[in-house]
Amino acid sequence: MAVAVVFLPLIGAFIAGFLGRLIGDRGAQLVTCGALLLSAVLGVLLFRDILAGEGPRVIPLATWIVAGGVDVTWSLRLDTLSGVMILVVTIVSSMVHVYSIGYMAHDPSIPRFMAYLSLFTFAMLALVTADDFVQLFFGWEGVGLMSYLLIGFWYDRPAANTAAIKAFVVNRVGDFGFALGIFAVLAIFGALDFGTVFGKAPSVVGTKMEFLSWQVDALPLACILLFIGAMGKSAQIPLHTWLPDAMEGPTPVSALIHAATMVTAGVFMVARLSPMFEYAPTAIAVVGVIGATTAIFAASIGMAQNDIKRVIAWSTCSQLGYMFAAAAVSAYAAAIFHLFSHAFFKGLLFLCSGSVIHAMGGEQDMRRMGGLWRKLPWTYGTMWIGALSLSGIPLFSGYYSKDTILEADWAAGTAVGRYAWVLGVVAAFMTAFYISRLMFMTFHGEPRAGEETMHHAHESPWVMVIPLLVLATGAVFFGFVGYDFFVGPERASFWKSSILVLPQLDSLAKVEEVPQLARYIPLALGVAGIATAYLFYVIAKTLPVRLAARLRALYLFLLNKWYFDEFYDWLFVRPAMIIGDGLWKSGDGTVIDGFGPDGVAAVTRDLARQASRLQTGYLYHYAFAMMIGLVALVTWYLLPR
Amino acid sequence: MIVQAIMFYIFAGLAVASGVLVVSSRNPVHSVLFLIGAFFNAAGLFVLIGAEFLAMILVVVYVGAVAVLFLFVVMMLDIDFAELRGGFVRYLPIGALVGFILLGELVLVIGSWAIAPGMPMRVAVAAAGGVPLSNTRALGDILYTRYLFAFQAAGLILLVAMIGAIVLTLRHRADVRRQSIPAQLARTRAQTVEVVKVPVGSGSR
Amino acid sequence: MAIGLAHYLTVAAILFTLGIFGIFLNRKNVIIMLMSIELMLLAVSINLVAFSVFLDNLVGQAFAMFVLTVAAAEAAIGLAILVVYFRNRGTIAVEDINMMKG
Repeated sequence: MAVAVVFLPLIGAFIAGFLGRLIGDRGAQLVTCGALLLSAVLGVLLFRDILAGEGPRVIPLATWIVAGGVDVTWSLRLDTLSGVMILVVTIVSSMVHVYSIGYMAHDPSIPRFMAYLSLFTFAMLALVTADDFVQLFFGWEGVGLMSYLLIGFWYDRPAANTAAIKAFVVNRVGDFGFALGIFAVLAIFGALDFGTVFGKAPSVVGTKMEFLSWQVDALPLACILLFIGAMGKSAQIPLHTWLPDAMEGPTPVSALIHAATMVTAGVFMVARLSPMFEYAPTAIAVVGVIGATTAIFAASIGMAQNDIKRVIAWSTCSQLGYMFAAAAVSAYAAAIFHLFSHAFFKGLLFLCSGSVIHAMGGEQDMRRMGGLWRKLPWTYGTMWIGALSLSGIPLFSGYYSKDTILEADWAAGTAVGRYAWVLGVVAAFMTAFYISRLMFMTFHGEPRAGEETMHHAHESPWVMVIPLLVLATGAVFFGFVGYDFFVGPERASFWKSSILVLPQLDSLAKVEEVPQLARYIPLALGVAGIATAYLFYVIAKTLPVRLAARLRALYLFLLNKWYFDEFYDWLFVRPAMIIGDGLWKSGDGTVIDGFGPDGVAAVTRDLARQASRLQTGYLYHYAFAMMIGLVALVTWYLLPR
Repeated sequence: MIVQAIMFYIFAGLAVASGVLVVSSRNPVHSVLFLIGAFFNAAGLFVLIGAEFLAMILVVVYVGAVAVLFLFVVMMLDIDFAELRGGFVRYLPIGALVGFILLGELVLVIGSWAIAPGMPMRVAVAAAGGVPLSNTRALGDILYTRYLFAFQAAGLILLVAMIGAIVLTLRHRADVRRQSIPAQLARTRAQTVEVVKVPVGSGSR
Repeated sequence: MAIGLAHYLTVAAILFTLGIFGIFLNRKNVIIMLMSIELMLLAVSINLVAFSVFLDNLVGQAFAMFVLTVAAAEAAIGLAILVVYFRNRGTIAVEDINMMKG
């Protein structure tokens, strides 16, 4: 059954991809959605199986590499962590597939889109069920590739093409770190499968290895290198620049890849490798610092953006920071809990925004929206659910997962934990602010769009609304249903051995000790954020403009994403272009071509031209030449030997 | 003996002098005449050695035929003397150098060759059965027996040369009427006679 | 001094060299070139005959006769070519014969 869960999307992808022209748009949609829905159902059954079982099961599929001491096999590792991830991936993916039937209905390349979505799902499933680093990397690269293909789906748009390349290249930088991490693991442990590595992790604490001529601790080094890969994939500073531009892709892509699944692969990886990270406190601290900083950084930018999808994208970046901040205090369970609930409400937010964009005929700028709540009731309702969940309002799942993270941060008592708590709390205010701002600007107030657009604005078809409802249900109920199992008292028997938490580092156990004040501050700030947004965008509408004019530098700083893109352009892109240009014109053109083909040809031509001057046409010249030759020969033979 | 030496030096000297003048004359007719002179003196040298048949052949063939042929062509081509002899001096140094090197080497070869010192040149005596033969008779003896093939081949070469010369230079003059006997003999009545029915009193045109 | 083989060979050598001079020193006349070739052939004949007498072998003289034959044939053909060339080009200046220039 596990094999079916993982491979059904692949089969769907192949059929839609290669036989798309044969079975037509409808056929492609039906095949892929059917495969995914079946996969999701089987995923639920599989999860029940896993919960009932004892310990991780590994289903080997095929041998891949047998080289020296390294044996790599295709296999499926089934434990709670992978079961949870399978649920996330299949549920959200199937909803996105169904949604895409409506959203992409007028697109000329429907089979290609559906095939890409299914192929992506397969890669993600291969990633979460990996039993060794190599298969993990395979899935990693696979989702990166599909992300590129899907961001650049509308390949006739230059912005989409450049965004796809940017995503892939930035991911590549992260993947370089990831690959180095895998090499380090191989060097330290001598094997690549999780079973061996996790078993030997405690025994390699304290060993040192050589890195760039320094002697460093081996395990933290490997963990940090692996985390660099996670930074690229999960859009943490400094490898975050690709995520907002990835919004060039269709909205279902953003919902699936850049909210629920691909970007969470980094968090999943850290949780999966918890047996390693637990023994490398330095690495965990790095994870936490970066995560917390990203959380507040992204939230601050999200407050100033005008494109509806980009606000949500920065929100994703920020929430991923939260998840890493949770991992920093060994609360991996909380991180995965938040991952799951975030998948629900962020996916919901993206799909709802897609609904809005669909209704507005492609308009994405919030400054040209407004007054839509009567026209799009279902979207409005479900989107509020997502927004409240994100802001951490009680009853919704976001409250349970996000506040657990903050409590664990406080409870850990470490410097990193406190740092993460402070930043996380401030970011909570910003989060509530920007998402409410989005809601008010988009749905409330006087319509700022043209007459024509408002006339055409209509609620999405049922095929798009039903996924919204499903995800909204998850966003509401998942929180208090799953709390006990994921992070509450039942968590030990829930996770079993899929996540390792050393007893002395277990911050989730100390969550009860968090003082009341610290517990309620995030909630208060969340409400305050919503209220502030209400103030700014419903009551006193001129306030934002005046504030922006007053604090112009700050506003521009936030609007331009802290000028990271410009900085990278100056630091990396321009020098690379100059070097490339130089190598092309001088290196390739002058040196290689000059000495190679062009040079040889020119020399040959010259030599031939000079040689042809011997052929004067005059007989006496020829006779003279013969005579000289004769004299030379005779002289040669006369010389004493 | 002394007469022989004197005669040798006279003939040799004249031959060399004629050679120089062949190359350096301004008038090509003079060149041809000096060539004839060189041939004559070489023939004299041959007589001195005792190869009198070859000497006479030299005179008859070379002088009588080849040199006369040269003269004919020189006369026929109507060369303009004035602008001849232009670039002689420019190439003189290098040409002279090469020529003298060659000459020196030839002499060196001859000099280093071990000759029986001062051996006089004997008159060629072909002894067949002890009876001294004349040069002509001796040559004929070997030419028509041992070297018959070469002899016939030489004749063939001459034939080819003759045909070649004719083929190269023959021009058909358009305004000369020639007979073609085979065509004449192959004429049919149809080509010659045409019967025309002429009405009475209207003429034959 | 008795005239020996060396003398005759020297004479032949000098004539040969003169013929060579004639070939590439003359600039204006192809006929001079042909005559120089005849000079060289003459020198070869002298050589052959001298050796024939010295070695007491008549083959040298027979060969000299063949040389003569071939020289005559070659002179005839050479002159025929020259005549045709003159008809076509109108000049026999050596400097103008450069149509084979590469």
